[in-house]
Amino acid sequence: MEKKREMVFITVIGEDKKGIVATVATYLYHQNINIIDINQRIMPDGCFVMSMFVDVCDATVNMEELSLGLEKIGQELAMSVQVQHENIFRMMHRI
Amino acid sequence: MPFEVEEIYETASMILRQHLDIRTTTLGLNLKDCIDSDFGVFRKNVYDKVCSNAGRLIAESAKLERKYGIPVVNKRIAVTPVSLIMETHCEPEKFLEMAQTLDAAARDAGVDFIGGFGALVQKGLTRSDSMLIDVLPDVLSQTERVCSFLNVGSFVSGMNLDAVNRIGSMLKQTAAKSENAVGCAKFVVFVNAPEDNPFMAGAFHGVGEADAALNIGISGPGVVRSVVEQNRDCDLTRLSEVIKRTVFKITRAGELIGRELARSLDIGFGIVDISLASTTARGDSVAGVIEAFGIEKIGAHGSTLALALLMNAVKKGGAMASGNVGGLSGTFIPVSEDAGMIDAVCAGALGLDKLEALTAVCSVGLDMFAVPGDTPEETLCAIIGDELAIGVINNKTTAVRVIPVPGKKAGDLVKFGGLLGTAPVMHVNGFSSRDFLRRGGRLPASVTSMRN
Repeated sequence: MEKKREMVFITVIGEDKKGIVATVATYLYHQNINIIDINQRIMPDGCFVMSMFVDVCDATVNMEELSLGLEKIGQELAMSVQVQHENIFRMMHRI
Repeated sequence: MPFEVEEIYETASMILRQHLDIRTTTLGLNLKDCIDSDFGVFRKNVYDKVCSNAGRLIAESAKLERKYGIPVVNKRIAVTPVSLIMETHCEPEKFLEMAQTLDAAARDAGVDFIGGFGALVQKGLTRSDSMLIDVLPDVLSQTERVCSFLNVGSFVSGMNLDAVNRIGSMLKQTAAKSENAVGCAKFVVFVNAPEDNPFMAGAFHGVGEADAALNIGISGPGVVRSVVEQNRDCDLTRLSEVIKRTVFKITRAGELIGRELARSLDIGFGIVDISLASTTARGDSVAGVIEAFGIEKIGAHGSTLALALLMNAVKKGGAMASGNVGGLSGTFIPVSEDAGMIDAVCAGALGLDKLEALTAVCSVGLDMFAVPGDTPEETLCAIIGDELAIGVINNKTTAVRVIPVPGKKAGDLVKFGGLLGTAPVMHVNGFSSRDFLRRGGRLPASVTSMRN
């Protein structure tokens, strides 16, 4: 039976620079996490935001390990990284 | 992508920059089933029940914190009012030992505060209630994590002035026994106390509750301030709308965490308390929201109107977001825990009289403020009586958490540290109301309470 999808948003916020998508995507590939969609934008306040919508159902790491791993990448890139299950956006932004 | 980048950025910014968090997950526990004629067994039952449940609360809260990337700042326990469970062990030493048991259970399980060492005395005091008040100075000074409350009035009962009259002396003794009088910060006196309030120091597990209930307190003054700052020139109706929308979103986050946490603990979900609660962090301030409205410093004329607008919008936004809104739900304006409130008192913009006026429209009352150590007991009782009368007559919860600091005078600063912050000692009216308070008895309930 196919595993149920477990969808998570990874959000990277900070100053735009080369290699953000590549670095995060490479890390996710090594954890067996599938990227479903990617979007990025410069916000009106000048902030660069990159958001990845990923499926973690086959991940080799749990949420805590994923958060810690991406936090480390965030430090290397000097950017903030948030890892959040999609339900929080569903609750806050959809009625 | 099921969500726009703007929506994702908005949520991330709330957490990363505007201090949005789940302020508290408070597990209410019924302790009536722990009672035993053997006091040793009784204490062990209480310790075991608190410890095991608190341990699970902390572990499950941490999992959700990671899953949703939102901090769950405090994990706490609220218990059945202790005067009720001590009726058959009514000895002062045993009250103190029970407080120590609760303190040890909280410490060993890793929760910072445990609430419920209190009594419901809105119409009168039982022997157990009376003894509990007698031992409070020792309990509040000798335990670290135990929080206490008294409910001394209600809309339908009026106010028990005889109970109020005992609090001034109790607070002075507590202040004398604890460093910087900090024991007083763990005691709150209420009227119309909600039985499902998740916020300390006044949380307790009401007698109408199930064996266990999980209550959530959300926060987010920084989030509201940010949205107010983005709407500098709109009129009050529009301002109310944007606050409602923002509070709706943050309440939904609380609802999600609360329901999922209750499910994982296999207990009933109680309520979401939608109070805006400040911390001492810059930007996480309710006074900051009021000042973003266009008030130079909280306490200036216009502040009560501004706070009324904020309260109303918070309640409306929250009520639409959750089917289980409860607790205090509104806005806290503690002095020592809010950097903007501290600034306003130090600048002379906010005094005790205006603070009392503000509490007529906020959700709780006179909270975390220091007064000179030589304030007479009767004056402390009168400050409490004034504040609680607002609640009794207007059918709302009001409360007082006052700290008379020995050796300090108006204008001094007292540092409590941690969550409790720093309190500027406030000027107190020097005229006496002793002869009025000495009358004792009960303030009759409002005529509007006769609805049957």
